[in-house]
This record gives sequence, structure tokens and C-alpha cells, in this order.
Amino acid sequence: MIGRRARQLFQTASSHASNGSGAGTPAEKTILSVEKLTISFDGFTVLNELDFSMNYGEMRFLIGPNGAGKTTLIDSITGKSKPDRGRIVFDGGTDLTRQQEHRLVRLGIGRKFQTPSIFGSLTVFQNLEVALGFRNRITSLFGGVRRQDSDRIMATLEEVALVDRASEVAGSLSHGEKQWLEIGMLLVQEPKLLLMDEPVAGMTRREREKTGELLQSIGSSRSVLVVEHDMEFVRRFAETVTVLHLGKVLSEGDMETVQRDPEVIRAYLGHGASGNRTVAESTRPRQGAAAGV
Amino acid sequence: MASRISIPNAIKGLPLPSWLGDLASVWLAPVLVLAALLVAPLLLSDFRVALLGKFLTFAILAMSLNLIWGYAGMLSLGHGVFFGLGGYAMAMFLKLESANGKLPDFMFWSGLTELPFFWAPFEYAWFAIPMTFIVPAAIAGGLGYLVFRSRITGVYFALITQALALIVSILFIGQQPYTGGTNGITNYTTIFGFAINSPATQVVLYYATLATLALTYLLCAWLIASRFGRLLVAMRDDENRVRFSGYNPAALKTIVFALSAGIAGIAGALFTPQVGIISPTMMGIVPSIEVAIWVAVGGRGVLLGAIVGAILVNGAKSGLSESFPAIWQYFLGLLFIGAVLVFPSGIMGLLRGEGWRRPEWFSTSHLPGFAARVLPGVKK
Repeated sequence: MIGRRARQLFQTASSHASNGSGAGTPAEKTILSVEKLTISFDGFTVLNELDFSMNYGEMRFLIGPNGAGKTTLIDSITGKSKPDRGRIVFDGGTDLTRQQEHRLVRLGIGRKFQTPSIFGSLTVFQNLEVALGFRNRITSLFGGVRRQDSDRIMATLEEVALVDRASEVAGSLSHGEKQWLEIGMLLVQEPKLLLMDEPVAGMTRREREKTGELLQSIGSSRSVLVVEHDMEFVRRFAETVTVLHLGKVLSEGDMETVQRDPEVIRAYLGHGASGNRTVAESTRPRQGAAAGV
Repeated sequence: MASRISIPNAIKGLPLPSWLGDLASVWLAPVLVLAALLVAPLLLSDFRVALLGKFLTFAILAMSLNLIWGYAGMLSLGHGVFFGLGGYAMAMFLKLESANGKLPDFMFWSGLTELPFFWAPFEYAWFAIPMTFIVPAAIAGGLGYLVFRSRITGVYFALITQALALIVSILFIGQQPYTGGTNGITNYTTIFGFAINSPATQVVLYYATLATLALTYLLCAWLIASRFGRLLVAMRDDENRVRFSGYNPAALKTIVFALSAGIAGIAGALFTPQVGIISPTMMGIVPSIEVAIWVAVGGRGVLLGAIVGAILVNGAKSGLSESFPAIWQYFLGLLFIGAVLVFPSGIMGLLRGEGWRRPEWFSTSHLPGFAARVLPGVKK
């Protein structure tokens, strides 16, 4: 604990002295702080001076109409898109915008992609083994799996309910199982912040349920940011929701508040539409399609 | 977790302990191949032994390509260059030994009066032999780092390595005073003091090549079985996930590409004394692509596949070129097309029972659909 504080202090002092989010201040609770982030592609502004922040141990859902900039925000946090202006401060002082992707993982940021991104020709166990190995020295890559690593892998497989598939080739898993495997690959790395891009897309009702419970148990011990389109899922599992629209935060709060926000309703339905439909209703057709109903 | 490699039925039926079965499934085939190659010189004529020795150097080359293509998913169409660089390094040593302190003949003909500075250290075996590995590995490492850092993958990587093959072969043709030009470097008389063309020397070289092949096999098998090997396969499956798992794919790819090029260089170094010549035609585009054919026919991603492919394709090539001098290249082309379309996991895939794949266009089930598209009024 002391070691971690000291490291945070050191990082704050060395790289971003002006940041003001050092230990002791209220900002210490903030794991991620996005400040005036602007990204444009070919002159089209996707994120427009976006301000956004999250606390340690928080699970946050990010929603918004198509083109709101949800995935772009995740891309910029994980180093995939480089912003034009603005900063992203992580874990008390590191500016993420100048780091390479694999370095961000080493800082403690894990990312789940929209479509399952796993190693199809390795076994489930080996998938986690590869994910776990990044902390090892390169020389240890030529040895076998250490006992404590293998225990940790099995414990993670327990968490994502894939223990009995451990020796199967990952390519033969079902879509939902692949998604869980990818989540497992992130968990085994013990990230401080987990970013999930539509984790329940393409899942059956049962699988969505199971994934929601998994997210809740993950969220109890670390910060999780979930981008989701499935409003029923969001309503069931979200505590705090942030609505993005046209590259800015439109509304923030619990699902009830957000759903009643007239700005949100207008954003989802477009200008001139009547205000009596809720966000949930407006997105129902998409949801039905995703669930295969 | 037991090995997932299938065991031949004949062995499965026997009452053997399971560890022996596991051992057999992994090592039976390589040991059989090794045994056959060990006794071959006793049964074959001097000419055939020399030919087989040459094929074994190709097998090492094919294994080096299989390591990066079959496992890490990077198709290099420039491996002839690395083979050639190793071959040239060895040729420089042999040429200086044969020249006996004088200037090598082709330099004299090209008007040079003294030995170029970079040739001088190749007089010593302790320098030349490591260089057969180091030079290609360093060039591949440098090129690879630049290419992989820019995230150039797939067919673009293949094209760049192809361009490398063209550039290096043109460079070697153009620099006649230093490289022997189109003729390459040839006319060696001795190797470590022994007459290079004597059957006894050739048999020794054959066994040296076979030993190198076996060692390369063991090295690759160990690499593939390690966590590093898993990482290579992971990069083939989803490079992005490797990156987002905290590894730098550029560094990993550079390492394995350099290692592969170094192994190809060693293969070249063994080729030169057995064949008696190294020239730019052996490092150009065509030989580089041929290596990919050997690996595809033998079986990508199976260590033994590269060896089997290299020996069989080259055996067929020399057999066919003796019997059908005019059209033998068509057979090679057919073999490659067959490997791609009909047996994508190569000969090893067939032997392992992964079977034939009936190409999509070969099946009749989609014909009605095709007809529906082409002929109006025809329903599916």
C-alpha cells in the first residue's frame, strides 16, 4: 500500500507536477481523468473538448447514439487513437496520450474488443498463459509455466466459468464463451482499469445475464468502464451511466435520472420528435435484433 | 493435459504405457525420417548422396521459413537472400583457402590488385562460420525492425521481402569485383585441407548437414513448445490482442525473423561446399518463392512438414526434370496449386488424417444458387 502511494507520488512529481492530483487531495479517488480531449478524423470532430472522469472501484456505463464517440474515447484511452488536443490522466499522474499500446497494458489498463479477440488455435489455458506472461522477463518465456501462474490461471478460469474447457482449442468455443475467455485474459493480468466495448453484443439472454453477474463481481474490486447499446442490460446492471452525444458528455447519473433527461431523449430521437418515449423504447428494435428475437 | 497429436492406430492398439504413446506420437515420425537419412549414404550412389545432401540444406532453409510462416504467420518471400548471404560468407572462406594467399581469380580478372578489407577476415574459419549466421540475422533484424515497427504485415510484408530478394541479387550481380558477379563464387579446391570434391569429404559434409538439420529441428521444437512459441502462434491468430496483452509485437517479430534468417544462412553455408558454387541465381525471387512452395506442400505449422516438403519437392523436381525436361515445371505448379486448394495442411496434414478439402468451387451444392444468379427465373 505504501509502495503504491509512493509510486503515485513519484509519478506525479516527476512527470506531471502541475496536475494537482497527488495523494491527499480529493482527486486521489480519481483513477481516470479525461481533460478537454479533442479528436477529429478528416476534419470531422469525433470528440469535442470532452471532460470525463472515473473513480477507483467504480463501474461506469457509457451509452449514446451511434457516432457519439464512445468507441473513440476507449480507443484514445488505450492508445489506439492519438488525440489532437487534451490529456488523459491515469492512476494519479501518467498522461496516456503519449504512450504506446503495450505500455498502457503494463500500466494496468485492459481492453476488451467488440468482437471476441482471442487466440483461436491455442487452448483456453494457453490463451490465459499468454495474457499472463507479459510481466515476466523475456528469458522466462523459454521455460515452462510456473506453479503460481498455473494456479492463478485456473482461478481466473473458475471466475469466468471456463474451467472444464481449459484444454480445449479456443477457436471451438461458442461466441459467448469466447467473450468470457477474453474477459478472463484481461482479469488474469489484474488491471486497475478495465474497458469493455459492448461485452454482451451477440449473446443470448442467458449469456447476457451471466456476463452481467460477471461484470458486477469484477467491478467490486476494480474500475470498469463499459460501452453498451443494450438498454435492458444497462438498466439491470448499471449504477452510474454517462451519456455521450456528438463528442461531449450530455448527461450523467443513475439510469432513472438519465432516462428522464430531456436532452438525452432529444439526442436519441432527433430534433422535433415527441418527448414521451423513453430511451429504452427508442432503442428496442436494435436490442431485439441483437438478441436474435 | 495430454498431447493432442493423433497417434497412428497401429500403435494405439498395442498395450503400451501412455507416456510411451505420447512420446511416440511426437518423436516417432522424426526419428524414422532421421533413421532413413542416416542410412541413405550406404545405399545411394555418390551422385545421389550429393544430391540428397543439397536437399538437406534446403530442408534446413524450409524449416527456417516454417518457423516464421507456419507458426508466427509471416510469409517471407526473401528467404533465398538469407540463404545466399550464408552461402557467400562460406564461399569467401573457401575461396580464400583455395587461393592460397593469392588474390581470388575473379578479382584478378576484374582488375582488383589487392584483397578488399571486408574479405580479409573471412580467411579464418572462426570468423567466417559465425558470420554465416550473424550477417543474415543482422540484416533481417534491421529490416524487420523497421517493417514491423510500422505495422506492415501480411501480403505487404511478403512484397517487401520479395523486393529485398530482387535488390540483393541485382546488387550481387553488379558488384563483380567483390562478389564474382553473375558467375558467383566457385572453383574451390579444399575445405579445411581436404579435397572438396572427393566422395569421402562429400559424405562428411552430408552428415554434418544432417546433424545441423537435427539440431535445428530440436531448437525449433523446443522454441515451439515454450511460452515463446505460444506467443508466436498468438501473433498469427490475433496480433492486436498480443499488443493489448502488453507485449510489443514488433520486438517479438524482429527476434524470430532474425533467428529464422540466421538459420537460413547456416543452410546456405552448408550448401556452398556441397554444390561447389554460390551465385545470385540462388538468392533471387524464384528460389525464394520455391522455399514457400516446399513448406506449403510439406505442411505449414508442422516442423517435420518443411523437411518432408523440401526433400520430396526437390526429389520430384530432379526426377521430373530428368524424365520430362520440357514440361517438368508445370508439375511443380500443379503441386503448389494442389497444396493450396486441395490439401491446405500439406502432406503432413494428409498423413495426420486431416484429410483432403474439397474446394468450394468443386462442390455441387451451391450450383443452384449460382444458377439463380446467372439465369433469371431459376429458383434456388
